[in-house]
Amino acid sequence: MQPQKQSYRDRIELLQGTLDLLILTTLQWGPQHGYGVSIAIKANSGDVLRVETGSLYPALHRLEKQGWVASEWKLTETNQRAKFYRLTAGGKKQLAAEQSRWEQLVKAMAAAMNAGLKESES
Amino acid sequence: MSLWQRWCRWARRESELDEEIQAHLRMAERDRTERGEAAEEARANVRREFGNLLLTKEVTRAQWRSAWLDQFTLDLRFAVRQFLKSGAFATTAITVLALGMCASITIFALVDAALIKPLPYPDPTRLVEVTETTPQFPRANLSYLDYQDWKRLNTVFRSFDIFIGNGFLFAAPTGAEPTNAASVSAGFFQTLGVKLLLGRDFLPSEEVPGGPRVVVLSYRTWRQRFGGKKDVVGGAAILSGQVYTIIGVLPPDFQFAPLGASEFWTTIDGKSECASRRSCHDLDGVARLKPGASIESAQANMTAIAKQLERQYPDSNREQGASVIPCAEAIVGNIRPILMVLMGGAGLLLVIAWVNVASLVLVRSESRRREMAVRSALGASATRLLGQFVTEGVVLVLAAGALGLVLADWAAQALKTLIPVDMMPGMPFLQDLGLNWRVAAFAGALAVLGVLLFSLTPSIHFAASKMRDGLTEGSRGSAGKGWRRLGSRLVVVELAIAMVLLVGSGLFGKSLYQLLHVRLGFRPDHLATITVAAPDVGYGKDEQRVKLGRDIVAKVERLPGVQSAAVATMLPVSFNGNTDWIRFVGKPYDGKHIEVNERDVSSEYFQTIGARLVRGRYFSDAEDESKPKVVIINQTLANRYFPGEDPIGKQIGDTSLTPKSIKTIIGVIEDVKDGALDSDLWPAEYHPFNQDSSTFFRVIARTSQRPEAVLPAMGPAIHQLHPDVGSDGEATMEGRIHNSMTAYLHRSSAWLVGGFAAMALLLGVVGLYGVIAYSVSQRTREIGVRMALGAEHAAVYGLILKEAGQLISMGIGLGTVGAIAAATLARTLLFGVSSWDIQTIIAVAVVLGIAAAAASFVPARRATSVNPVEALRTE
Repeated sequence: MQPQKQSYRDRIELLQGTLDLLILTTLQWGPQHGYGVSIAIKANSGDVLRVETGSLYPALHRLEKQGWVASEWKLTETNQRAKFYRLTAGGKKQLAAEQSRWEQLVKAMAAAMNAGLKESES
Repeated sequence: MSLWQRWCRWARRESELDEEIQAHLRMAERDRTERGEAAEEARANVRREFGNLLLTKEVTRAQWRSAWLDQFTLDLRFAVRQFLKSGAFATTAITVLALGMCASITIFALVDAALIKPLPYPDPTRLVEVTETTPQFPRANLSYLDYQDWKRLNTVFRSFDIFIGNGFLFAAPTGAEPTNAASVSAGFFQTLGVKLLLGRDFLPSEEVPGGPRVVVLSYRTWRQRFGGKKDVVGGAAILSGQVYTIIGVLPPDFQFAPLGASEFWTTIDGKSECASRRSCHDLDGVARLKPGASIESAQANMTAIAKQLERQYPDSNREQGASVIPCAEAIVGNIRPILMVLMGGAGLLLVIAWVNVASLVLVRSESRRREMAVRSALGASATRLLGQFVTEGVVLVLAAGALGLVLADWAAQALKTLIPVDMMPGMPFLQDLGLNWRVAAFAGALAVLGVLLFSLTPSIHFAASKMRDGLTEGSRGSAGKGWRRLGSRLVVVELAIAMVLLVGSGLFGKSLYQLLHVRLGFRPDHLATITVAAPDVGYGKDEQRVKLGRDIVAKVERLPGVQSAAVATMLPVSFNGNTDWIRFVGKPYDGKHIEVNERDVSSEYFQTIGARLVRGRYFSDAEDESKPKVVIINQTLANRYFPGEDPIGKQIGDTSLTPKSIKTIIGVIEDVKDGALDSDLWPAEYHPFNQDSSTFFRVIARTSQRPEAVLPAMGPAIHQLHPDVGSDGEATMEGRIHNSMTAYLHRSSAWLVGGFAAMALLLGVVGLYGVIAYSVSQRTREIGVRMALGAEHAAVYGLILKEAGQLISMGIGLGTVGAIAAATLARTLLFGVSSWDIQTIIAVAVVLGIAAAAASFVPARRATSVNPVEALRTE
């Protein structure tokens, strides 16, 4: 167990609930398959965030069940048949809501931590 | 969505998920090989990076299921685990519940077979039984001429037919064999709506005097006596020495309860001596109502016709009314009250079982207070907790219900075998006794009620008490008090119901005892009986029949172990009926029918059965057609019509005092029970067999040894003497009485209600034990303090037993009221005992009191053995 943990050291564990937001954000730029979503998240986060496939697929299926994404089978550029997910109208609304909530959380976190820093400085 | 569609959707998703993941792996592999990794290496890396493939699939699949179902499965697993952990609770609850449900389901199956679907004919509710009425009989046989008029004049029946049970001597390979048979009017099977298996139905030309002799076979007879051959139709059957043409075979499932196991069906041709007299009543009627006609309109129509006939034929039809009742009522009416009582008993038992299990669930939920409080504190919603209780209720009831159904099926089959074989043909509807969809639906309804009860009790219990209290350590006392109050109330209900059932079984038991010890007017022990049937051919004349009777008596008397023998047309303890209308010479007569039982007996009859002569003398064997006619009457007739007079020497005749009907009274005997055990004594007249003989009679022998030992010899002895005479129905008199319908019904209700009562007593007492034991465990600390302060053992006993005593006396008090009410409802089923029989009530109260006191003594004893130091240290 120990060596495996080492290799993950400089990656950040995803907070609960943030994976859905990341997926929805990724799909904003167009339909994508599961592998594509994981690559995009990894690339867009500068290789910091890595999505476990064990969480990715359950999350995709959960979002589909909730009606925020829809899926269809299409061919990739390399002629590989894959299941593509795209945002639905409901998904777009959900994304907007999640994003504003996330921004609030970030602001609040930053404020709280700034206050904490100041206190410890004084 | 159908199950199939569901499965298809699931299978499609499954394969899509597979493909989706395979695509992921291939794309990742391709990326890696493009970056320069070797194919083998890329594949291994991708697989490692992907992680646990099966787990990923499993978790993804879990997303498809509905959250509700998911939760339910979770709850279900939890419930089953919980039950497995508390094995004693689960075993007790499931056993108690299964027994309670088994009793209710079995009795419902009985009710279903007998009351809900007793008639296996199309449109059975339109079938009615049509009979005459007399002041003595609410349903009396029709006379043939009355039937003809009723059929012609009525405007309410689509068809109206008659039937009568009789018998034939069948020439079996082993000799003449008496068989059950029936005669019906030509439209009988059509009225019932029965289609024959083979051949054709009767034709109208076959029910007129002089018509061809034709016979329809029952399915069994066709298979057993005629080898089940198709070409039997058109063939001949020799019945009582006459040739009949076989025209048809009945279907295997045909049944008609009033005619029991009739083997041969012939037509009523109206040429018998009885059919020529309007006063000779021997027929039963069955009719199908016209569309639009109701029972009431039919009754009104028939009553009007009967009135008209009464005016037209004042002599024969005086006070002859009409009765029209549903056919089902006619067939099962006599067992309905008993079934209702049994249903009530089983219902009460089920209530006790429910109450018992509900208290168990409560006690258990009490001990899970902490668990619930923790779960609630961790964020479990109220509905989530309720869901848990519902699931546990479902698991409990399903397990018990499944077990109960299996037990009920077994019990129903057992019940069927308990019915005496010769009684079964009279209750053919019981052959279908068993589980069917109606019974299953009933069981389902019980299960739903049970689930509601067992999930709501703990939920209400928790809703009533603050959940948070569960977390605080010392709160057990106060919450326990609430349960103790509720639990005590439930136990009072249990004890009261147990009391009702115990009193019920006591009353039925006492009825049975009274019934079997009713004054018979003769000595039933050491009597062996057999039925004899002689054909008309060879026994058509009086002298022939008298000789037959004398021969048989002489032959049977010579059998080893026989003291004396006699013949009689009817045995005692059969039924009131086979009556005669009489009139007294020299007494005023207002034309009202004086209806008395008539039995024709040989000279040794009264001495043989052990009846007591009050006045006058017995018949002598020499009194036959050549001598003046004589008659012996019973005491009831003497008291009613000769009050304060000596009847000896007085004369009896028919309604118009025809000279050849005049008989002189030569003796009065003490009343002999002619009818069923629970029937009233009727006036009766006994004619000498030698002056009024018949081809169908019973032989009675008084034995010096066990009568069973003589039975097997009687038939062969008669057969040896007259090979053309048939005999059957060997039975001892005590056996006949014991197995009579009346005794059987009383005995079975006593046993069944007794069984329910025993279970109720057990459950009630166990319930009381539970409450007292729980109370003691809750009060351990209090008892410890009391004892530390110097309370005597006796005082502690007093403390506990006082609590128990209050519950017991409340239960018994409530139970007494309930028992009297229940017994009053069922009073028609009691015999020789009143519905408020003080003896029974006191005896039951004592038994219940002692059992309950014993049950509460055990925990009281435990309370006194409490070590004060230990008790104070707990909590």
